[in-house]
Amino acid sequence: MSFLLAQFLSGLAQASSLFLVASGLSIIFGVTRIVNFAHGSFYMIGAYAACWVALTVDSAAGFWGGIAAGALAAGILGAVMERGLLRRLYRSPELFQLLATFGVVLVVQDAVLALWGPEDLLGPRAPGLTGRVRLWGQPVPLYDLFLMVLGPVVFAGLWLLFHKTRWGVLVRAATEDREMTAALGVNQSHLFTAVLFLGCLLAGLGGALQIPRGSVNLHMDMAMVVEAFVVVVVGGLGSVGGAFLAALLIGQLQAFGILIFPEITLVLVFLVMAVVLVLRPYGLLGRPPVEARGGEAGPVLRPAPPWAGWMAAGGVAALACAPLVAGDYALLVLTETLILVLFAASLHLLMGPGGMVSFGHAAWFGLGAYAAALVFRHLGLGLAVGLPAAPLLAAAGALVAGWFCVRLSGVYLAMLTLAFAQILWSVAFQWTAVTGGDNGILGVWPGGPFAARWAYYELTLALVVAGVVALRRVVFAPFGWTLRAGRDSPLRAEALGIDVRRHQWMAFTAAGAFAGLAGGLDAFAKGSVFPTHLDISTSVDGLVMVLLGGVQTLAGPLVGAVVFHGLETEMLRHVPYWRAVLGGIIIVLVLAFPQGIVGALSHRFGRSRDS
Amino acid sequence: MSILSRLSLHGFLALAVTAGACGAALAADPIRIGEINSYTGLPAFTIPYRQGWELAVAEINAAGGLLGGRMLEVVSRDDGGKPEDAVRTANELIANEKVALLTGTYFSHIGLAVADVAARNKVLFLAAEPLTDAIIWSKGNPYTFRLRPGTAMQAGMLVDDAAKLSARRWATVAPNYEYGQAAVAAFKEKLKAKRPDVEFVAEQWPAQGKIDAGATVQALAAAKPEAIFNVTFGPDLAKFVREGTTRGLFDGRAVVSLLTGEPEYLVPLKDEAPEGWIVTGYPWDQVKTPEHVGFLTAYRNAYNDFPRLGSVVGYTAMKTIAAAIAKAGSTDTPALVEAMKGLSVESPFGIITFRAGDHQSTMGAFVGTTAVKNGQGTMIDWRYADGAAFLPPEDEAAKLRPAE
Repeated sequence: MSFLLAQFLSGLAQASSLFLVASGLSIIFGVTRIVNFAHGSFYMIGAYAACWVALTVDSAAGFWGGIAAGALAAGILGAVMERGLLRRLYRSPELFQLLATFGVVLVVQDAVLALWGPEDLLGPRAPGLTGRVRLWGQPVPLYDLFLMVLGPVVFAGLWLLFHKTRWGVLVRAATEDREMTAALGVNQSHLFTAVLFLGCLLAGLGGALQIPRGSVNLHMDMAMVVEAFVVVVVGGLGSVGGAFLAALLIGQLQAFGILIFPEITLVLVFLVMAVVLVLRPYGLLGRPPVEARGGEAGPVLRPAPPWAGWMAAGGVAALACAPLVAGDYALLVLTETLILVLFAASLHLLMGPGGMVSFGHAAWFGLGAYAAALVFRHLGLGLAVGLPAAPLLAAAGALVAGWFCVRLSGVYLAMLTLAFAQILWSVAFQWTAVTGGDNGILGVWPGGPFAARWAYYELTLALVVAGVVALRRVVFAPFGWTLRAGRDSPLRAEALGIDVRRHQWMAFTAAGAFAGLAGGLDAFAKGSVFPTHLDISTSVDGLVMVLLGGVQTLAGPLVGAVVFHGLETEMLRHVPYWRAVLGGIIIVLVLAFPQGIVGALSHRFGRSRDS
Repeated sequence: MSILSRLSLHGFLALAVTAGACGAALAADPIRIGEINSYTGLPAFTIPYRQGWELAVAEINAAGGLLGGRMLEVVSRDDGGKPEDAVRTANELIANEKVALLTGTYFSHIGLAVADVAARNKVLFLAAEPLTDAIIWSKGNPYTFRLRPGTAMQAGMLVDDAAKLSARRWATVAPNYEYGQAAVAAFKEKLKAKRPDVEFVAEQWPAQGKIDAGATVQALAAAKPEAIFNVTFGPDLAKFVREGTTRGLFDGRAVVSLLTGEPEYLVPLKDEAPEGWIVTGYPWDQVKTPEHVGFLTAYRNAYNDFPRLGSVVGYTAMKTIAAAIAKAGSTDTPALVEAMKGLSVESPFGIITFRAGDHQSTMGAFVGTTAVKNGQGTMIDWRYADGAAFLPPEDEAAKLRPAE
């Protein structure tokens, strides 16, 4: 019994740490609707800055001063990011800021590496709090007790700030209804900067307070950001109280989960999120967001003029001739690029016409890849069966997951797709007997007529072109128009007798099938499949490609895939600090083309008849 | 679509030109070695490793190169920590850079992926750092050799000392992926063989990089083990050590820990390094054999820093490649593969041999006890455990491999 109480306290300390970071994220999203992907980076900056100060000024004042400095540094940088970058993107399509913050993530990773070096840093322990006390005969670290108190104190402080100050009232008003607040003459510009400052300050504080518990390292950002998102979504976006509750829930489930099933840490938070979102579509304490007024429908997609079709045909013909001049490696890169084009195009069906953002599209890509590889390995059947199996299994998976997902909207929907992707990832990771675990499945090479690189390239080209044309068909078919109607005005669409959810569900499944085909092609192109195919980073890559190219055009994701993959591949080969350069390029592109590359180009050159 | 096709055309034309330019090789041309590692993903481990092989390359070229004056030229690439990027990069090195052979990799899954590409393209691959035993045994292939002692060997080195402890109740904590699982399985099996009376009373499997240290430490303590086998490393280890020390988990308990004595993991812990743990590692400041002192001096002169274990691995990998090319008398793959079998190389740890039976080198590791001296973690009472003693006999090991 006393052991269980001590375990409960461990869970509380962990929950406090989670809450600090998640509350900042929740506030930022609540007010600005920015999905701050760089939140983990500010957490890491806070930790590094605090650790550096504490190690330089080796005293109690140094330690506590370091905590304050870490939090402040993160807060100030957050405000700078808002002023210098995000501010210019508020008129861009929803989630476009996510792309900008992704660029910031990459830049921060390399900046921290350059500033503080590759080795993990071990900061000092908290002066006066290094020991432990015995409660019910169980040792409990003093610092854990400190964190347990600090979490609720910060929560109370935030409550007072939001309820007893004018600024806090404005923040709550903006969270509830941003447009109305603006209409009442509140200067949003200052409000947003201040909110970013506060949110990032909390992230930095959360990071700084981790110093006494372990080392400060370069993987902190990614380890934290996803978990913080989960807490925010489980709690309900914009709800600080919800974040507090969710952090408690997750901290405790983690502490007790490992007693029963130690392997559970891999997937626990995502299981919790999936269950909560299925039962409560807006999280524990969240409320449905206020519908944006003015019915700002997306621009109407129209078929490209005939000359564009001829140019596309010419481009395909040129690509088909590529094996005449390109070497083996160039063909491999072209094959990969084509596969990513199909992957991005399938995601675009969801995000563009479907109006559903997915953070877990890698699930269907990976499921397709595993389908091909498993057929190959366990049934001994080659490409002829493996490749058709890929879209089928992916579509089956998407059919099941989609049924749950389309009941949600916005970021909740996106996070539920992430939960499904992570659950699939953990199955692939843990089920070693079937999937080979983290070492993956190797030797999945195409045999027979497609063994040669050029032959496989031509097969990929044919299937990708067919896939992209089919997706285009879907968009301009009555189904696609109906889908867009549901996106732009669900109420009016329902009134016309359209089953919006059903259409979204079908679109979700179709997108899954095409992503699965891309995954199957990828398995045979690389000869191997790993859990990384299902990984968050694969989903994020897809998202970046679509946003970079432009959500509101059909060619956007294609261009985005080519640009992003081309950049990454070349950077990886030649530039030591390639992440910073890639991040910098993304930021510049985002600022130069706030509608995405193709979006901006088509905006500038004609198509004015649509607007 | 027009932009798409233009960009791609542009890309592959440029690539095709490069490929053509390095096509014709002349006798005095350098010997090109392809090298891949997770330089941005794991800089703490891979930068010392790179410094190690750069030192070896400088020494080999200063001594006049190989095969009658041909210099060694390394084409080094980052894999970004992803197997799919490593596969593409390996293809690039083979097809475009026309490298004679491949080396490198740190993560096991990346090592396996590159090994597969090497086998498909019939190119020699010297896996430097991956610890998984699948790379030499269950998924071994004719073209892949492995330098560093694998998981089973390292676990075996610790079992001798673990078996001498009086402890009968053991608990394990390991990261939840192949490396952790294989290490725990090997340790359990070998310890049970020596000490049938031991029982394993608890196991914890934190996700790599995400340990909830407080809860994990308490869960272990609750099982009241007499000894603990630890496989966590890096940031997880720092958290585990801090929580375990604060909560008194290690008081009166023996801890046997894989890799913790390597400077990569021990140095960042500073004066909080655990004391009295039985570990595998590398006491870089205390090994006084002439071959190690020579390496240490050269390394410190070159970089004004002390070597990590990765430095030794990188250095030895490049020396192995040089020895193989010299023995083969050419850079043709079949000759290189034959030369690698039974090849003896002078490493900072003494002479090591690549076994013909399973392509594993006999490089060993140091086994000792951790201590804190002058505010730094270090190893005491250590000995060198020769890898050959912890490998199954060659004919048995050969049976673990797929038929060629």
